[in-house]
Amino acid sequence: MQHDDVVWAIINKRHCSHKVTTKTQHFCRNEYNLTGLCSRASCPLANSKYATVREENGIIYLYMRTAERVMFPAKQWEKVKLSRNFEKAIHQINENLLYWPAFIKAKCKQRFVKITQYLIRMRKLKLRRVKELVPIQRKIERRERRREEKALVAARIDNAIEKQLLERLKKGTYNDIYNFPQMAFDEALKAEEVSGESESEKEDEEEEEREVEMEPELERELQKTIEEADEFVEADSDMDTDEESDSGRKEGADVGSDFESETSDIEDVAEKLVSKKKPRVEIEYETEPAVTISRKKIKH
Amino acid sequence: MARGKDKKKRKLEKKQEGDDVPKKVPHTLESLREKDETMLVNADEEEQEEAQKDMELDELSSYYQNSYEPKVLITFSDNPHSKTRIFGKELTRIIPNSISRYRQRSSVKRIIQSAIREDVTDVIIVNENQKQPNGFLLIHLPDGPTAHFRLSSCKITPELRKDHKEITTHRPEVILNNFSTRLGLTVGRMLGALFHYEPQFRGRRAVTFHNQRDYIFFRHHRYEFTKDGKRAKLLELGPRFTLKLISLQQGTFDSKRGDYEWIIAGRRHQLETSRRKFFL
Repeated sequence: MQHDDVVWAIINKRHCSHKVTTKTQHFCRNEYNLTGLCSRASCPLANSKYATVREENGIIYLYMRTAERVMFPAKQWEKVKLSRNFEKAIHQINENLLYWPAFIKAKCKQRFVKITQYLIRMRKLKLRRVKELVPIQRKIERRERRREEKALVAARIDNAIEKQLLERLKKGTYNDIYNFPQMAFDEALKAEEVSGESESEKEDEEEEEREVEMEPELERELQKTIEEADEFVEADSDMDTDEESDSGRKEGADVGSDFESETSDIEDVAEKLVSKKKPRVEIEYETEPAVTISRKKIKH
Repeated sequence: MARGKDKKKRKLEKKQEGDDVPKKVPHTLESLREKDETMLVNADEEEQEEAQKDMELDELSSYYQNSYEPKVLITFSDNPHSKTRIFGKELTRIIPNSISRYRQRSSVKRIIQSAIREDVTDVIIVNENQKQPNGFLLIHLPDGPTAHFRLSSCKITPELRKDHKEITTHRPEVILNNFSTRLGLTVGRMLGALFHYEPQFRGRRAVTFHNQRDYIFFRHHRYEFTKDGKRAKLLELGPRFTLKLISLQQGTFDSKRGDYEWIIAGRRHQLETSRRKFFL
């Protein structure tokens, strides 16, 4: 009951549903094909003595078919499970295909090697991290971009940063790094006012506490300014000697002419303040700062 | 013509009313923002205290007790392109005590393991898409939390026509603006914990994370106070970028079994009930 030549004649010359013809070669799509090519030797339909190697869920089997089995299509393939050990599996193929055509033997081994390699590759890929590609939804992306632009406009970041920095400066985060005569002056004024009020009203305990903390410092500062009137700027401003000045920009604490005049102005005021501070009696100071301020205005 | 006349009339009326009519403040999304229960400003004292205690107990509290010096590892997705690499380099200049390393195809969990071994306290992973950095994963070590941000409009210094050499090695000060809700505070604290707790004010470098409508804008400036100390001049040093929180996870990175504190999931209408609701 062997019609191998008849079958092959039909397949080769006429039609085979597994055949795929390309310009250069004919391929075979049959699952049991050993090489994937459409040829007389590797056609699983036209060879009653045939063997192949297949993989099912990671397990490799050797499939064999002999002429005696061909009439029972359900039982036509004899399946042998190949060992996971490569050398053992090769040995199994050798034993099972003893006395078989050399072509089938060689191709089975070749196919076995290929399958083991791709299984190893698959396992490696599985063990490595799994990346997931997530599509970017264009509409959502567009909306987010638009909102970002609007939020950026609403944020006015530079203003916020400046505000925050000035707040820190006021809170005294920067300690002694900066020395702003104008600010010290304002603070001294405020301290005076607060002390006047707190003695009479005592409404804000917090402010009083702060004021208590501030006052000795201020006094020391002011005294220092009197003692070393000329060295005032150089002694306390570190900005010129700063390592940072390599930036090439002009630093803020240059000793300008107007700057000096300001310091001299402050000294006058400071002297007055200190002298007034010493007695520490309940006197209405509230008119005093107003006068000094007005004087300053005229001077400038 | 008629319209023009109307306008004139209205102007006249306005003039006659004078200045005693208060100027109308236009509504903005900020002023119309829907109240969030976790906003500390709205909460009563008890809740505020509770939140404070909560913050003292979380994973980031040890940083805010100044108990350790942060050490940051910056890495990328596989095969980063030049822009992402430069961005990472610039981040290392901004963040003190940080290093940038190529990833060598290792997984995030492996990176975390080795980082913990090396006493790294924070890991940043910058993802990229079409040569543009587009993802920012921030993991606080040793035990979380993990925040995943969408990174957008990233401008590195050459694009801003600046030079990265202008960034000095001083430790910058950090400005965290507008983080108001409980979630926002956590995120802000995480970002703040990247930097050394003791800034060098001599460097006059300020790093800003400004939150506006859930977008966190990063800016990097050098500032200078004017002589009278009433204004601060700013010079941008770059880079600049924008972050938007995608998810916040408890513990270190675990995309499969991780416990998400907050995540943008599903479609727009499930989470985003209103345009005026903001989470940070």
